[in-house]
Amino acid sequence: MPKPITLKDHYRETRVFARRAAFSVVMVILLILALIARMVYLQVLQYEKYSTLSDENRVSVEPVAPTRGLIVDRNGHLLADNRPSYSVSITRELCPDIDATLEQLAQLVEISPGRIEDFYRRLGQRRRPFTPVAVKFKLSEEEIAVIAVNQHLLPGVSLNASLVRHYPHAKALSHAVGYVGRINQRELQRLDATRYSATEHIGKTGVEAAYEEQLHGQVGFQTIETDARGRITEVLERTHPAPGENLQLFMDLPTQLAAVKALEGRRGAVVAIEPDTGGVLAFVSVPGFNSNLFVTGIDHPTYNALQGSRARPLFNRALQGRYPPGSTIKPIVGLGAVETGATTWDYSIYDPGFYKLENDDRFYRDWKKWGHGVVDLHTAIVQSCDTYFYEMAHKMGVDTIHDFMQPFGFGQRTGIDLPNESSGLLPSRAWKQAARGMPWFPGETLITGIGQGYMLATPLQLALSTAILANKGQVVQPRMVKAVGGRALATPQTGPDIALQDPANWDRVIQSMRDVVHSAKGTARGISKNLPGYDIAGKTGTAQVLGIAQDEEYDEEAIDEWHRDHALFVGFAPVDQPRIAIAVLVENGGGGGSTAAPVARQVLDAYFQSLKEDARVPTTQAIEAE
Amino acid sequence: MSGYDYQHQLGSRHSPVTRRISLLQAIHLDAPLLGGLLVLVCVGLFVLYSASSQSMDTLMRQMVRIVAGFAAMMVMAFISPHTYKRWTPWLFGIGLLLLVGVLFSGAEAKGAQRWLAIPGTGVRFQPSEVMKLIVPMMLAWYLAERALPPGWRPVLLATILIMVPTLLIARQPDLGTALLIASSGFIVLFLSGLSWKYIAGLMAAAIPAGGGVWMVMHDYQRQRVLTFLDPERDRWGAGWNITQSKTAIGSGGWEGKGWLHGTQAHLDFLPESSTDFIIAVLAEEFGLLGVCALLLIYFAIVARGMYIAVNAQDSYSRLLAGAITLTFFVYVFVNIGMVSGVLPVVGVPLPMVSYGGTSMVTLMAGFGILMSIHTHRKLVAT
Repeated sequence: MPKPITLKDHYRETRVFARRAAFSVVMVILLILALIARMVYLQVLQYEKYSTLSDENRVSVEPVAPTRGLIVDRNGHLLADNRPSYSVSITRELCPDIDATLEQLAQLVEISPGRIEDFYRRLGQRRRPFTPVAVKFKLSEEEIAVIAVNQHLLPGVSLNASLVRHYPHAKALSHAVGYVGRINQRELQRLDATRYSATEHIGKTGVEAAYEEQLHGQVGFQTIETDARGRITEVLERTHPAPGENLQLFMDLPTQLAAVKALEGRRGAVVAIEPDTGGVLAFVSVPGFNSNLFVTGIDHPTYNALQGSRARPLFNRALQGRYPPGSTIKPIVGLGAVETGATTWDYSIYDPGFYKLENDDRFYRDWKKWGHGVVDLHTAIVQSCDTYFYEMAHKMGVDTIHDFMQPFGFGQRTGIDLPNESSGLLPSRAWKQAARGMPWFPGETLITGIGQGYMLATPLQLALSTAILANKGQVVQPRMVKAVGGRALATPQTGPDIALQDPANWDRVIQSMRDVVHSAKGTARGISKNLPGYDIAGKTGTAQVLGIAQDEEYDEEAIDEWHRDHALFVGFAPVDQPRIAIAVLVENGGGGGSTAAPVARQVLDAYFQSLKEDARVPTTQAIEAE
Repeated sequence: MSGYDYQHQLGSRHSPVTRRISLLQAIHLDAPLLGGLLVLVCVGLFVLYSASSQSMDTLMRQMVRIVAGFAAMMVMAFISPHTYKRWTPWLFGIGLLLLVGVLFSGAEAKGAQRWLAIPGTGVRFQPSEVMKLIVPMMLAWYLAERALPPGWRPVLLATILIMVPTLLIARQPDLGTALLIASSGFIVLFLSGLSWKYIAGLMAAAIPAGGGVWMVMHDYQRQRVLTFLDPERDRWGAGWNITQSKTAIGSGGWEGKGWLHGTQAHLDFLPESSTDFIIAVLAEEFGLLGVCALLLIYFAIVARGMYIAVNAQDSYSRLLAGAITLTFFVYVFVNIGMVSGVLPVVGVPLPMVSYGGTSMVTLMAGFGILMSIHTHRKLVAT
């Protein structure tokens, strides 16, 4: 027992304590009521607000990107598909030390300084907690493996997969199929924000750009429940995206690849068209480039190397290259000369190796120094006699040439389903007055007659004019895409067909072109050897790049490669029932007969081989089953 | 020990009901308080099961703590109040030494020195936790010796007795615990009949003291106060906890989303859902009705505690019982107030419900002392 304390009033102490205890209990009750009032405020009065907040927390509507349509050739060979691609990300909330983790990561996989800068920029932006921020895209198999193995040492580092466009024959098709790339700021402004809400890529060039609408598909939406880490715990509702439609091209992949192979090591273009339909069988511009590089974003050194290369791999020669067509237009000019009465099939001239105009001191030289002797139109086409065509041009005048050649597609866009086509140039008096503000000189007419001077054409235009010639005047429009989503596209409207006063002239000019290849003196006779069961009508061309002075001679050996002539060849086969019309251009390739014609031969061989195999393969609808 | 009391000898010869009560009496347990605590821990386990994403593991560990807590309670209940009283000054002295020891050699955790390792055992404990009981004991001891209500001299000395451990703990730094310990001391002063004039004076002194506290506060502590004042200020950062807990509570509505169906907790939006913020899980899943039911259980325990205090036989017991009971309520109020956004976040667990060991044992020990006070009474005429 404690010792008693003096002055202690037990009764009073008990009473005081009881009063204080009672006061405390009242306080306790009041405080409990205050807590309940707070709870009523939160749970009853503000219920709607917090209930919504809670739902917003966990439920979000997320757009789901549609899968981009595939692109296949006429037989269903894949030209563009979608493949899973991996990126590596860091989640700040799960990562104890960002800098150290990034350093460790950089030891495992190569990360460029630009990427790191970009990463920190995006890391600094406000975002929901637990959102991963990507460090590097498009990891290789080894990179995925090395990160996966070391992941336990790298808290907060995660690998994410997504579908990314892939081109199996990237380099051969870079200018035909084109490529997709990340949507940029300018495109973002014109795109439908909803439709593209989940899409990262858009067609930039080629068929990918021209058919963006059909390839893209419709965006889907899903209502998802996520936890605080942003992980999807449940999909509550889902509207599936409609995948983009598959495209089937007219293109024949073996023919395309053969053309690329035939042009290997050179700069040039090959365009092959099916004369019946205008369908493009091959569309080649070399050098090409690896279009897969552009999909996830090309790095600056690689891009600068492509951009700065003198061979201009990024330049679409087939579509945008403007070249003097040279002698390849002679059959059409000859046809025009007959049609307009400037000549007849029986009319001949004597060619001394040059042509001279009255009141003009200048010699307009033939490519053959001593001349072709006596030549008629047939011989002039077969041997490509310049002098004959100087005279024809002089007789016709530039405007007649212009008017006759225009329906063949020269000087205007062909309307092919590819963006950024060049229109070439078909000169006339009016054009020169408007463009240069100068009158037309008679000498300019002469060189127009042999496809030099102002006249410029794209390889595509050359192929088209050859197809129209093969069709004996039936005009077609070149196009890449045969079918969208399994439905064949309607044949596009074209201008009126070309009607000759004497349709027999078609046959005669075609016969001349056949003899270019098949006769003993034809300029392309070299490619007629061992033809596997088809014949060719064609015309060679050798276009001057460098102006040659009056008394100078063209010496191939002595001239810098970049100043050598462009080699050209146009043709179609078989002669009676044309299945393919082709134009070949080899930049600075030298002679059309020696350089361009053999390229055409290889392409034609590949196409007829492919046609033979097609007979055994179920064609067109091969991809529809997917 | 002064032997078994009169009631016990009477009860043992009568009906089974009386005998069961007297069995509890024999081991110095108070049936109503025990019942209330058992209901509370059961409710707590239910909520914890949900809050821990149905982790049986967490549940088992919490049960081990509950058993340890009840064991501590039984031990404490067995010791007579006289023994406590005798030992109080010594315990206080040892406690102060330990607090000083923590400042010099304490183990650091999360940037604060709160733990003291017992050499050779590998066991660590928090002296501040023990002080939660020792400080009211010391105040009760000191004031019970004096004539009550206390004059200005004892009040001044009592204030010093409170402030020394409080400041030591605040230095660790552990502002929350320091404030709670100070409040337990002042509760004893208040119950002892401290004149309202002094109370007014102390409150007036608290205002400049508050300013002083702000000056010596650590950055993270100031951050907490600022966040409390305006949680929207930093919705993704420091305000995240309080925004999410209010969202959890508010979205519970009248009846709640149902047990195990609280989205805030289960999808990890609610931080510390098993520990300090567990009331938000209960509010989300059982709604306003669930919160009221829990508050009712707490009130029943507090009411029984106050009943024991009023019926205690000497000033020391009265003051100690009252202080333990009211401090328990302060914990409840501070925790729920902080989770529901009316008080700053100070890291006080919800008594008997939050997952965690030390506070459970301390609280149960406190209830053991309450039971000891009630069951060691002598029947004397007053």
